[in-house]
Amino acid sequence: MTFEEVFFYILAAGAIVSALLVITRRNPINSVIYLVLNFFFLAALYLTLKAQFIAIIQILVYAGAIMVLFMFVIMLLNLGDEKQLRDRVTWKQIVAIGLSLAFVMQVIYIVGFGETDGMDTISARAVEIGTVEYIGKELFSHYVLPIEAISVLIVLAVVGAIVLAKRKLD
Amino acid sequence: MVPLNLYLSLSAMLFTIGVVGVLTRRNAIIVFMSIELMLNSVNLTLVAFSSFLGDATGQMLVFFVITIAAAEAAIGLAIIIALFRNKQTVNIDEINLLKW
Repeated sequence: MTFEEVFFYILAAGAIVSALLVITRRNPINSVIYLVLNFFFLAALYLTLKAQFIAIIQILVYAGAIMVLFMFVIMLLNLGDEKQLRDRVTWKQIVAIGLSLAFVMQVIYIVGFGETDGMDTISARAVEIGTVEYIGKELFSHYVLPIEAISVLIVLAVVGAIVLAKRKLD
Repeated sequence: MVPLNLYLSLSAMLFTIGVVGVLTRRNAIIVFMSIELMLNSVNLTLVAFSSFLGDATGQMLVFFVITIAAAEAAIGLAIIIALFRNKQTVNIDEINLLKW
């Protein structure tokens, strides 16, 4: 096993364990902290794929901005621990977990053991396309209309969030 | 080197964990976090394909997905605050005004 494989397995195990902890904690604050941990593992996985810009954006925007928003809301609502997590297992939840497991088994069978044209190595261009320079040039040449549209959407989201969370409209 | 299959398998597992979270948890904020998990697992797929194929389109898409996720989180949390103000709960079983 090479160094890269060992590194990948450590990161993958960390990502899966932290994701499981997110959905099993009773206290939402603990869930948020494990989700931030999960985002850091994913950022490291992006670095193994030579996508530096996306890795930095992942930490800055997701772990930095979005998760702070989540934590703010949880503290604002003053949510405590959930009373019942385990003692109300309904048949719906059992069916949901069973179907999800069937789904993941199918996907892993297809991509892991099926007939795939073994793409074993990262493309030589990956180092070049992961940089801020390349992505910036692409964003403001080929993707200039989408980026303008998305900036309008961000403004809409900000205005919408204020309108929705405001106590009284006048 | 780590083959593409491993990245896709990891992504499928993370996506499924997110799905289980959405389907089994009753706290609206944790449902939201599970949706973020699912978005992230799809991002991992896109970045993996982008790197292995040497095509930047996947990373552009991830950039836009992260932007949409930020907008979605802001709006969703505002909705949760408005709901909590009206019903004093974030339990999605008790928020059933639109249920037939």
